[in-house]
Amino acid sequence: MRYDLTQIQTWIPAGSKVLDLGCGDGEFLRQLQEERNVNGTGLELDPGNLIAAVSRGINVVQQDMDLGLGNFPDGSFDLVVMAHALQVLHRPHRVLEDMVRIGREAIVTFPNFGHWRCRLSLGLQGRMPVSDTLPYSWYDTPNIHFCTVKDFEALCKQLNIEIIDQDIVAGSGAGWLARIMPNLFGVTAIYRIRAQA
Amino acid sequence: MAAEGSVGLVTANLEHFADPLALRNGRVLPSFELVVETYGELNAARSNAVLICHALSGNHHAAGRYSVDDQKPGWWDLMIGPGKPFDTRRFFVVSLNNIGGCDGSTGPASINPDSGVPWGPDFPQIHVSDWVQSQAMLADRLGIDIWAAVIGGSLGGMQALQWAAQYPERVRNCVVLAAAPKLTAQNIAFNEIARHAILTDPDWHSGHYSRQNAVPTRGLALARMVGHLTYMSADGMSDKFGREIRENDTDMGSEDEVVFQVESYLRYQGSQFSTRFDANTYVLMTRALDYFDIAGDFGGDLTRAMSEITARTLVISFSSDWRFAPARSKEIVNALISANREVTYAEIVTDGGHDAFLLDHPDYSGLLSAWMRQVTV
Repeated sequence: MRYDLTQIQTWIPAGSKVLDLGCGDGEFLRQLQEERNVNGTGLELDPGNLIAAVSRGINVVQQDMDLGLGNFPDGSFDLVVMAHALQVLHRPHRVLEDMVRIGREAIVTFPNFGHWRCRLSLGLQGRMPVSDTLPYSWYDTPNIHFCTVKDFEALCKQLNIEIIDQDIVAGSGAGWLARIMPNLFGVTAIYRIRAQA
Repeated sequence: MAAEGSVGLVTANLEHFADPLALRNGRVLPSFELVVETYGELNAARSNAVLICHALSGNHHAAGRYSVDDQKPGWWDLMIGPGKPFDTRRFFVVSLNNIGGCDGSTGPASINPDSGVPWGPDFPQIHVSDWVQSQAMLADRLGIDIWAAVIGGSLGGMQALQWAAQYPERVRNCVVLAAAPKLTAQNIAFNEIARHAILTDPDWHSGHYSRQNAVPTRGLALARMVGHLTYMSADGMSDKFGREIRENDTDMGSEDEVVFQVESYLRYQGSQFSTRFDANTYVLMTRALDYFDIAGDFGGDLTRAMSEITARTLVISFSSDWRFAPARSKEIVNALISANREVTYAEIVTDGGHDAFLLDHPDYSGLLSAWMRQVTV
């Protein structure tokens, strides 16, 4: 399992009710159901993924979260999770607001565009970064809203979203650097957030 | 995907119920009969039964053939059979003709025991909840306490939803295809045009046409043409017919009337229907559709109505269905979400229109299969 998903798991209390935005083939929710007795619902757009998730026994709703999540009542989930989808959204800030409205807590992961390789590519080579985690060229990428760790934290502040916990996935051997300077050495950022009381 | 095995040769059984059925409108059917087909075997635990609910003009013959040279299989043969979504190697599939129908169950063409003549237009108006009640009696008769799943499309989807709300303890899973929580004004209007075509046919005789040895075939055919039109999408019709001409041509100097393929098709559908379907049944079924409003008993609060349901529910809509548009299915889905119920929803991208729930599509049959495989027996 991807490291960010392993990390998310430890933040999910057993038996909680979880909404997974962009649940893909449902494997993450299936593991949560099996190992942590979670009551999960997925949101997904792709028909193939939908069938895969249903095959894993997941309840999944085909819905575009960019068009709003108003059909999910306030506080109706313990936790709303969105892994590696923030950067493909048209209105990421609206979705973040919905997440902390629907869930008592929310967990978001995204690729950190402030990583030194991205900076190097843009700053020295003058080219948009292409890497293992961001394998697309600028013109055909689904990733339309990149942000850095600092950008995300600034947005949370603006939206009155409280950051409960934060973790960072670094490249191999750079773990200690990422802990000191997450915006420079973190490849994937993981945030646990909730609406400010 | 779909279309693997066939259930083979099937026979219909007539079940007689001597107990009276108290109807929603206050009237009582003193006794009634249901014509039923079953496919597959009921297991020892009686835990593998699924119920198929038919749509407006459907019947009990959902799968298989009556004889080796039978040209047409049942109306949902695509989905029912060994290896198909409703897999008869796992499930005991039950399909019946609803009360008020004209294919063997008690309906307007049946003899009224009180008068000794056919009920005709005096047959009581049936509501969807009456069908559910009569089917609960059928389930008792078959020894089925709990359905593994209740499934239906269109009016049948409404009925499946009604089943799950009316007898939550008897429905473990519910499949609602191309349906809506109630009809819109536009939908009622289409039904009214269809009824008006029948009611203004000189052969209607206030519904007592059988006494006059008449059949309002023109009205029935027109009703079917209008109905059929609304079951297709504009793109689907363009693909299927375009402006293709069946008879004559539009060349200059031609005096003969041109017949487009689409005209010929609709006329054929209308005329076929008018010889097989009973006019009083058509009026009754469209009214049952118009009157259906599952939130009606809950002050119009659909979330409260859906709170009655305990079944896991699968809702599927079809992108080009303008008769029961995807937005109507989403009303059901959102009410189930608000009611904190287990629901899966998909909108299948297709130009098949409302009829798409009867047609093959890999996303559709794939999803149905995947979902049904999760239904424990």
